[in-house]
Amino acid sequence: MPEVEPERVHEDQRLVFEGMDISGGWNRMFEQRVIWQHDISALDRVTGIPGAESLGYCYQCGKCTPACPVDHVGDYSPRKVFRRTQVGADLLTSPDLWLCTTCGNCLRVCPKEVNMLQIMPAVRERAVAAGQVPAELQKAFENTFQYGNPMGEPARKRADWVAEAGAPVTILSRGPRPVDVLFFVECYWSYHPRGRDAARAFARTMATLGIDWGILGAEEKCSCDSQRAAGERGLFEMVAEQNIATLGRYQFQRLVTPDPHAYNSFRNEYPRLGGAYDVSHYTQFLAPLMAQLPWQRELPYRVTFHDPCYLGRHNGEYDAPREMIRQIPGLEFVEMFRCKENGYCCGGGGGGMWLDSFTGQHTQQRLSERRVREAVETGAEMLVVCCPYEVSRFEDAVKSTGNQGKLLVRDIIELVDEALH
Amino acid sequence: MAGVLVYVESDGERVAPISFELLAAARELAQSLGGDVEALVAAADTGPLVGELGAADTILEVTSPALAGYLPEAQQLVLVEAIRARKPAVVLVGYTSAGLDLAAGAATATGLPVVAYCTGLRAEGSDVVADSQLYGGKLVATTTTSTPAVFSVVAGSFAEANGHAGGRGERIVTAPPAGLAQLRSRVLGTTGAGGGAVDITKAERVVSVGRGIGGADNIELAEELATAMGAELGASRPVVDSGWLPKERQVGKSGMTVKPKLYLAVGISGAPEHLEGMHDAGLVIAINTDGDAPIFKVADYGTTCDLFDLLPAITALLKPAG
Amino acid sequence: MHIAVILKQVPDLVEEVEVDSQGTDIDRDSVKWKLNEFDDHALEQAVLLKESSGAEVTAVALAADGVDQLLYAAVARGVDRAIRVTTASARTDAPAAAAALAGVLADMGVDLVLTGVQAVDDLHGQLAPILATRLGWPHVSVVSRVSLEGTEAEVTQEYSGGRMATLEVDLPAVLGVQAAPRPPRYVPISRLRQVMASAELGSAAAAAAAPALGSTVTRLAAPPQGQGAQMLEGRPEAVAEQIVALLRERGLVEA
Repeated sequence: MPEVEPERVHEDQRLVFEGMDISGGWNRMFEQRVIWQHDISALDRVTGIPGAESLGYCYQCGKCTPACPVDHVGDYSPRKVFRRTQVGADLLTSPDLWLCTTCGNCLRVCPKEVNMLQIMPAVRERAVAAGQVPAELQKAFENTFQYGNPMGEPARKRADWVAEAGAPVTILSRGPRPVDVLFFVECYWSYHPRGRDAARAFARTMATLGIDWGILGAEEKCSCDSQRAAGERGLFEMVAEQNIATLGRYQFQRLVTPDPHAYNSFRNEYPRLGGAYDVSHYTQFLAPLMAQLPWQRELPYRVTFHDPCYLGRHNGEYDAPREMIRQIPGLEFVEMFRCKENGYCCGGGGGGMWLDSFTGQHTQQRLSERRVREAVETGAEMLVVCCPYEVSRFEDAVKSTGNQGKLLVRDIIELVDEALH
Repeated sequence: MAGVLVYVESDGERVAPISFELLAAARELAQSLGGDVEALVAAADTGPLVGELGAADTILEVTSPALAGYLPEAQQLVLVEAIRARKPAVVLVGYTSAGLDLAAGAATATGLPVVAYCTGLRAEGSDVVADSQLYGGKLVATTTTSTPAVFSVVAGSFAEANGHAGGRGERIVTAPPAGLAQLRSRVLGTTGAGGGAVDITKAERVVSVGRGIGGADNIELAEELATAMGAELGASRPVVDSGWLPKERQVGKSGMTVKPKLYLAVGISGAPEHLEGMHDAGLVIAINTDGDAPIFKVADYGTTCDLFDLLPAITALLKPAG
Repeated sequence: MHIAVILKQVPDLVEEVEVDSQGTDIDRDSVKWKLNEFDDHALEQAVLLKESSGAEVTAVALAADGVDQLLYAAVARGVDRAIRVTTASARTDAPAAAAALAGVLADMGVDLVLTGVQAVDDLHGQLAPILATRLGWPHVSVVSRVSLEGTEAEVTQEYSGGRMATLEVDLPAVLGVQAAPRPPRYVPISRLRQVMASAELGSAAAAAAAPALGSTVTRLAAPPQGQGAQMLEGRPEAVAEQIVALLRERGLVEA
């Protein structure tokens, strides 16, 4: 047992009793365990990384373990990461380094403020610098550098969705003019087929509301918040500076984005790089305007809602999406057991969006699959979301869990659009 | 200065198929430009090869122990010497590994122009007009080149069947160039095909994955489909270079040539080097989100559906129920 | 041991490549450039040789818009220094590049030159054999592995059909690299930016003029449409059904 320092256990006394040799420290107390005599250099290496200091604060209370969404599908939590590192595991080369989705639920319950939102990006940055990046994540980084989006889609096609929007969309790079709202579309609404559905629904809704708005078009690049959380701070800073320079060329009153990750970076990260904006998530922007919408029909759906980690826990917004859902006529709303502050994670944050195969090898099921099962349990026929990562993740999980036909996945804006037509 | 010189490739025992294509092309050009079709064959022993070169009017044989095994330096010396001695109007080299070594090198050594990646050649007066595939097959460049000149020709551009007979077949044995005595490179050994357990060249169905698959971990999707279909898994060069699949599964110029009844191209753009390895496939179905990908020009059916949605959907349909 | 790795940028085919108004060249202003992928492998091979044998590696590229970025990236990847070569001609084709580089490389006293086996715009031949022939050095193309043994390089050359050969080449020599033994490594952008802020690129002027090509491009265009694929439309499930139906019709899978 490595917990016991052998030199401190004295068993050299000889004793023979009724012909039986019972030599040893049989009748004495062991000295107190001297845990500082472990080799804790593995932990020191991690806590020595600026940003990762708080991993060392862990006192193993275990509150984070039931809160950690990854532990529900595997064997993971900050407490476990700390313990493995304390006894010598090298976090930089361990799969543990890439399983955290930076959902933030552990920090909410941690009495010691062990902050995975800072630890993970900082330690991952070291791994990235050493070239130890899972291949699929590396590809996302390379694509972001080359094309401005993690999927490797051509930049010139970023605004292609506009053609079939069925409503006018001002592309500022083609004809600059001051607008009230600059809509930062982000990658998944720009390129993913289901994201494009939502982008078009948004465009039609904005037209109905008569709002003066525009998009950057091909000049827009990924906000890179998830790349930052996945350990590529340099990439984040470079692309963020490019976005800030691009945004600086246009006149607008406020920035609105459908992506909670982009919202998080514009709110909390870009200001440090000189990009300060009046930024809202699209639900925050639209919720107060819902009363003005000329509803055409009621939607007879029983729905439940999944809180995006980066809108809810990271930025404290739980009400705006619920307010939108409340105002869409006809919907019956039911909460999932895990919601709001304790909302479950879809698995896409912190780089998880580009690590599905990797995490698949270290977990029993995907977070999105577990979440879909939770949604089905509520009896809802529709899982409503407001993060661009989620439609594709959950639709995929609906299929892989055999729930096709039982559960539909829709962005809130798609429901708004449906009720308006 | 007349005639068309064909550089003949072989493994020492058989003439490579590309050489028959070149002989066919040479005959067409020689009819317009005048002169003979000449075949240059350089090997330790040209005996087994000469009989296959009936399409040539003259067969230039260069034999030397130094020509055992393919060595770029030695072959270039022989080719350069032949160009200097025969002064052909046109030199044809296949766009193969040997072609990549020799066409431009021999042209430079003899001061001739070189045009690469040719898929079509025709004479116009004393010039040669060539079509070359550039930019991964997305664009075709048409060039006019004054003769004499060297052209490297993409496999599959001319009919191999027209390159077996029709010449006079006169043999001219030429002394090996003196330079062969002072080579600065040597062949240490060769490994044949089929070192691995897989032989995709005989497969009736091939599911081939390209860069669009995104990463090694996604290969599984294609593997599952291949299993459901009873197909072998193939790959394009970038996938093999990235280490996502082993070399023995590579389809294309530096890999295998496959002739399956069904070729399902998944996330493959269709660069000429890839098409070369599968242009004789039966039914070709291509999946690529880029609707402009060159693979759609050779495919019978195509779709721009996302492969990540489509592959599992096909697999599910093919799997026995239950 | 001094290794030079020659880098070149080529149009990124993921982005659009348009033909200019003359119809004989690509519209170079609208093109998005990237490092030739084979050069990327040559660079990886060079860095691997540096790591295994302590060789000194210099990255070399013809000066052009955007080329500095390639050279900085090469430094970030691990080469010892990077040099841009200025030429009197704007041409970047392989004969022009070889003419410009041959003198510079000879002056540098390099033992081994690595470059990509080919590029998507090599209409006038590939760089490795042209450069080697100009220098009077042996060359091997389609190389997938290089190791150094004293004054010789041992290389693996690939042929179609999965055949391969091991060749031994006396140095100095030029190798056209098809693939490095491992995929090109990732360079964190922070390191790239650090390099861009601190590294100095060397430069050299080419003395030789670009040689005449003897060949003129009369037309550059998309290939004729011809009998393209019949496109299957619809949601993935619907397309999957169409594909399976096609396969069953033709007896390519069991009904």
